Amino acid sequence: MAEADIAAALRRFLPEDCVLSREEERRPYECDALTVFRQLPGLVVLPRTEQQLHQVLLTCSRLGVAVVARGAGTGLSGGSTPHAQGVLLSCARLNRILEIDPHARIARLEPGVPNLRVSEAAAAHGLYYAPDPSSQVACSIGGNVAENSGGVHCLKYGLTVHNVLGVRGYTMEGDLLELGGRAPDGPGLDLLALTIGSEGLLMIVTEVTVKLIPRPPCAQLVMASFADVHSAGTAVAAVIAAGIIPAALEMMDRQATAAVEPFARAGYDLTAAAILLVESDGTPEEVADQVREIEHVLRTAGASTLRVSGSEAERLRWWSGRKNAFPAAGRLSPDYYCMDGTIPRRHVGEVLQAIERMEARYALRCMNVFHAGDGNLHPVILFDANDPDSWQRAELFGAQILELCVQLGGTITGEHGVGIEKLNSMCVQFSPAERAAFAAVKEAFDPAGLLNPGKVIPTLARCAEYGRMRVHHGALPHADLPRF
Amino acid sequence: MAATADAVLAELRERVSAAHRTRQGLRLRGSGSKDFYGESLTGEVLELRAHQGIVDYEPSELVITARCGTPLSEIEAALAANGQFLAFEPPAFGADPSIGGVIAAGLSGPRRVYAGAARDFVLGTRLLTGDGELLRFGGQVMKNVAGFDVSRLLCGSLGILGVITEISLKVLPRPRAEETLRLELPAAAAVESFNRWSALGVPISGGAWWQGSAWLRLSGAPPAVRSARERIGGEAIDAASAQAWWDALRHCQLPLFASRVIWRLSVPGAAPPLTLPGEPLIDWGGALRWYADPADDADVRALACAAGGTALCWRGPAPAGRFHPLPAALVRLHRRLKERFDPHGIFNPGRLLAGL
Repeated sequence: MAEADIAAALRRFLPEDCVLSREEERRPYECDALTVFRQLPGLVVLPRTEQQLHQVLLTCSRLGVAVVARGAGTGLSGGSTPHAQGVLLSCARLNRILEIDPHARIARLEPGVPNLRVSEAAAAHGLYYAPDPSSQVACSIGGNVAENSGGVHCLKYGLTVHNVLGVRGYTMEGDLLELGGRAPDGPGLDLLALTIGSEGLLMIVTEVTVKLIPRPPCAQLVMASFADVHSAGTAVAAVIAAGIIPAALEMMDRQATAAVEPFARAGYDLTAAAILLVESDGTPEEVADQVREIEHVLRTAGASTLRVSGSEAERLRWWSGRKNAFPAAGRLSPDYYCMDGTIPRRHVGEVLQAIERMEARYALRCMNVFHAGDGNLHPVILFDANDPDSWQRAELFGAQILELCVQLGGTITGEHGVGIEKLNSMCVQFSPAERAAFAAVKEAFDPAGLLNPGKVIPTLARCAEYGRMRVHHGALPHADLPRF
Repeated sequence: MAATADAVLAELRERVSAAHRTRQGLRLRGSGSKDFYGESLTGEVLELRAHQGIVDYEPSELVITARCGTPLSEIEAALAANGQFLAFEPPAFGADPSIGGVIAAGLSGPRRVYAGAARDFVLGTRLLTGDGELLRFGGQVMKNVAGFDVSRLLCGSLGILGVITEISLKVLPRPRAEETLRLELPAAAAVESFNRWSALGVPISGGAWWQGSAWLRLSGAPPAVRSARERIGGEAIDAASAQAWWDALRHCQLPLFASRVIWRLSVPGAAPPLTLPGEPLIDWGGALRWYADPADDADVRALACAAGGTALCWRGPAPAGRFHPLPAALVRLHRRLKERFDPHGIFNPGRLLAGL
């Protein structure tokens, strides 16, 4: 069906400014934050109300037009890469905070509300929304639901799935679904849990009810240096083994601290092979107790130097380096490629060493920042997109890291999603029968396959092709890599 | 042990494949402690208890992996030896359920609204499907968004999508300090207080009300528990009595559970008292309300709906079904998921939803 006909059908019930059809209007929507994948959408639609959104779905469903939902476009896996002949459905204008109930400690939100705005609105009541992805200034709550977003504090406070109480929205066929809600543990299958992290393949969410929690009155950060990455990894396990669940437990390797220090001026120890940032929050007495314990464990685990933030300004300065790791990568290199594998914590040291060997193999630099407490790695591979060979090596480098994660009992994505980026890696992590089960879930919600098609679940043919490619590159994939 | 487990699993696969071929309904059974739970029990019994044992437990990873037939007591003992526990406090009903049954039922105890539900702690599962395939979803790591979250979907599925043969759960360190306070309060004031304290950051891990008394459990760092106790007041309960009370609540063994008809209402935590006759047992800081021997079925459901929740007929005659009815669009989704995971409808037919 021609775009002009689809646009005409949509304009029957949408105001003129809600349908963008001119190329220059559609151009800003061609990619999300993973900019190496670009595709101009057939049309961009920006409904202002739930009713309009519902009508868009019914119309597209009737016309057999693919729909790709988009929040703020901060995704890192190409999950909202448009469909060439489809509708790119932006939820940006559905951005009202519908309700904040401080007594029940919930907020009801439209999907386009930025993550940070929820906490800002709840602050007057001493409450906040815990999941804090790095992009929280911009990323939307609807996008967080689609990706099951995490952040630096999810070790203690959980992921999106642990903090969303309910969603309301529509299937591609236009059925209204209300999943979960304020009353816990309703009847039937837990479709709420299934929907969170489903990357816009199952339904479009028009309302999200989230849990708010009291803002801890005090927080302190411990910064520890280690002479080698292996002992830093061991220290992470030692903290958890001591029965401590810190508010955050982050690691940066030397390449990462060296990259951020020149402009963040965080005061990192640049001689350390790796540093750990361990945060404690709670009442002042609680924090004092826990910080003492954390210091003890880290010192026993071989920390060469230890510092405790003496003021809120210092704590925020230490965090600023970590939070600016990605922009810092942008200063070091024309482009960077951020990976997102997760491994059991005990393998952190080994994986860092393996990544170091891969740097030589692919002739690319890689800096590492980790949500170490969760075993969630963010290796940042530096490359130059203007050099096709450089990008190809970066992609292979990334894929090899992910395969290593799978071998170690981990996963190819901890919080960024599969999107289109990790379709090949899905072939590595899941068997054909498992991928068929994912396809079955997709069919149950969207039999016509119109909602965000081509994402998350690789086709059989694609996996067969990927398998062949891996064999071509060497008799055994990555024969030079030591196995753990 | 491993060889034995493999043999047991091979036999299970064979039984399931045979049932799939002959379209024989199977009734999945761990310890049988929840035979009372669900819409109907039909099909040939498939015993799962023999597929047992802890597969992997590394305390510093905060993860335990066990086969479905592993007794809950064995898992809790292993965790306790390392100062850890299952924070969702699954109810055992005075028996020793299998971990597979715990997850398939997806029920959680008093910590539910404070620490999380069973499904919040599920990290990974292995699922035996009708065609004898053994699938693996999720894993042993805290963060995992590869593919749909089928593991959490299986939690509370009552076995209708297949046999959960293995489970990985997130575990937590036991709180350093725990105290229980009892306050004489009417039900409405108790629920209001639980909510107000939660908003103030009081480290609550249990909020219940029964026969004129509010029971408040505080857990966490010793200074936090101490200052909350001083702020709230009430009667401090000695550790043994407190344990006995929370255990009785968790395992549904308070006197109310001897009643002939019992309703379990899940409502928003701050909902005011319902207008049902009789005094409820309140748990989850107000979000769970148990009623014994109320007048008639329709009233309970309607009242639960009016309060923004749902009602489950826990015990007693349930001609209109035990579980709260689902809207048509959700029934359609359940049907489609069931047809795709279990095309011949052999797993626990009708247990979660009539005709499914």
